[in-house]
Amino acid sequence: MGTYTAGVDVGSTQTKAVIVDTARRPVGYALIDTGAHVVTAAENAFRIALADAGLRRDDVGYVVGTGYGRYRVTFGDSQVTEISCHGRGAVHTFPGTRSVLDMGGQDTKAIRVNAEGEVLDFCMNDKCAAGTGRFLGAAATALDIPLGELGPTALRAEKPVKISTTCTVFAESEVLAWLGRGKKIEDILMGVHQSIASRSIALLRRVGIENEVAFTGGVTRNRAMVEIINRHLGVEMNVGETSHFMGALGAALYAMDHVESDAALALSGREAV
Amino acid sequence: MIANPVPADIVGRGIRDGAALFRQRFTDLTAAAERGHPTAYVFVMGSLAEILRCFDFELVFPEITSLQTAVRGAAHEYLGQAEDYGYSPDICGYVKADVALQLRGGAHPMGRVPRPALAVQTNACNTYLKWSEIWERFYGTPVFTLDVPGTRQAGRRTWPGDPDFEADKLYVARQIDELIDQCASLTGIAFDIDRLREVMDHTNSMIRAWQQLIELNKHAPAPFNALTDGTVYLGVINAFRGTPEGRAYFDDLVAEMRHKVAHGIGAVPDESYRLMFLGIPCYPIFRRFNELFTIPGGNFVNSTYLWFAAGGANTGFQYDLDHPLDSLAEGVLISVRDAMDSMFFQTQALVDLAEPFDVDGIVFHAIKSCRTVSTGLADTRRALMAARDIPTLFIESDMMDRRVVSEAQLKNRIDAFFENLATRRRRVALDR
Repeated sequence: MGTYTAGVDVGSTQTKAVIVDTARRPVGYALIDTGAHVVTAAENAFRIALADAGLRRDDVGYVVGTGYGRYRVTFGDSQVTEISCHGRGAVHTFPGTRSVLDMGGQDTKAIRVNAEGEVLDFCMNDKCAAGTGRFLGAAATALDIPLGELGPTALRAEKPVKISTTCTVFAESEVLAWLGRGKKIEDILMGVHQSIASRSIALLRRVGIENEVAFTGGVTRNRAMVEIINRHLGVEMNVGETSHFMGALGAALYAMDHVESDAALALSGREAV
Repeated sequence: MIANPVPADIVGRGIRDGAALFRQRFTDLTAAAERGHPTAYVFVMGSLAEILRCFDFELVFPEITSLQTAVRGAAHEYLGQAEDYGYSPDICGYVKADVALQLRGGAHPMGRVPRPALAVQTNACNTYLKWSEIWERFYGTPVFTLDVPGTRQAGRRTWPGDPDFEADKLYVARQIDELIDQCASLTGIAFDIDRLREVMDHTNSMIRAWQQLIELNKHAPAPFNALTDGTVYLGVINAFRGTPEGRAYFDDLVAEMRHKVAHGIGAVPDESYRLMFLGIPCYPIFRRFNELFTIPGGNFVNSTYLWFAAGGANTGFQYDLDHPLDSLAEGVLISVRDAMDSMFFQTQALVDLAEPFDVDGIVFHAIKSCRTVSTGLADTRRALMAARDIPTLFIESDMMDRRVVSEAQLKNRIDAFFENLATRRRRVALDR
């Protein structure tokens, strides 16, 4: 049985995979668009992560699926929600973390965790994509700007507009209305970012903000969003190059727990329950 | 003395008999609709069934007939019809289902519901007041509103013996006198105090049984599921209040639950987590909603629904048959006030409920349709978490409208809640 473990995080927009070794260090990553074929996306992400780590399938002893598509990780051994996984991954990477803000493609979560990365409380946006990455996507479409340019463009704003709608679909109309009134693209984009940031911080307040705060999920790559939330919170959030992978990392760590627990039981001569 | 033998099919009898009672109820209602028998529309919080039964009214609980459209998977048709007629999507789903029912001439998935000859309501729910006006506009139905003085201030509730309470009771009693006069005038039937005593005696028996039923669910495994089974029991305690059928049903039900407790038969095959439910269930996906909790090993052992929707049975109040009218006023005042207060003073009550039931976690279910029961859930949850180290889950959907029920999002949150429960249990085991 392989000694490595993997986590595969099938999100609404992108699928991430992380492989860890027995020292719980990440050794392989993968990031691909999920698309319409969820099972295939999970398989491809896992394959790419194996290649990134220079490993074969047999080297991985346990796989945990997470994210909305976790039950579509058909080669996985078990599933854990991304709520638990983001908390676990964030505390593993930044041990001082007690609050986690995860901003993904279709939902944003605020999670309060303990020193072990166990979830104490959480809340999420409900039945609406306002305040999530999808809201940014709608603005990018309306302004015909690549997603990667959203943050840098917003940071050039001088007089941000106030985006009042809470509906992602209507956000596009509001963006066009501001354009029609002659507002600069960067000012509109900063308004969009601020709108999302304020909704996200409200979620964090609902579970209670405790320092340190980690920022996870796909939107962590947006520099403007990080800066705005930091400014509002008055603290520097824990964000790194791999913050996008926290869910998959947490899943891989849960997988390693399972392997180690089985090994300990085998050594003690007891059976797993 | 030889004890009565236990029927072979005693387990599950309460659900089967409850379903049979409601099938018969709709057969009776359909017949009443056809012959134009006087029917009173009443609500679960303060139905005044004891008075109305003395005048041979058929009783319709519109809250129950509405939720039955959702459980039967037909609510969306009713809601859509009411919205086409002009009712906003934001209006209470129970109201809209009833509006469509009236527009359809009483056609219901389980039979035909007669038109109201009288509507009786209390001020326990602000929507009741506007709901009854609809029947008034549609049919000219006379509406009797029992104004029950509430407390709604923490620590300020008053109880028997207190001068304020006695004044409030007198106020309620005079209103009940007016209702009696109105019923006599509408039906031409003279009020018979001994008939009232008979009805109240049945209610007393049902309430005693209700108390025993709730008490029996403190056992592990709990013999019934407060969410699913409990909804059937709630239906019977309301719709059959003060009847011999209701009395016999609850006697049998207590016997079934005692049997289950004695034989260690739980409501779910493997009760790993004992849960408490706050709010109104998600009826559009009722079975699936429950399975989201029972498949990971959860069982709802108690709920606030069994509290505020039980027509006061939760208070254990027993009518004094020597002073029936005075006692009825007192019972109505206590039960309706308690139902109103249940939405305002939950924190300590939840602690008091959770501990004897050995609850592992509490589920707060806010619903779009009902601001009255949903407002305050967040405050209560915060206060509860500050008072006790009990895991809680806050989820939102609706009791009628499946358009605002997102099963995938619900499942995600519920799965995370169970992961948290499992983690805590592991941690406690390690600490020992």
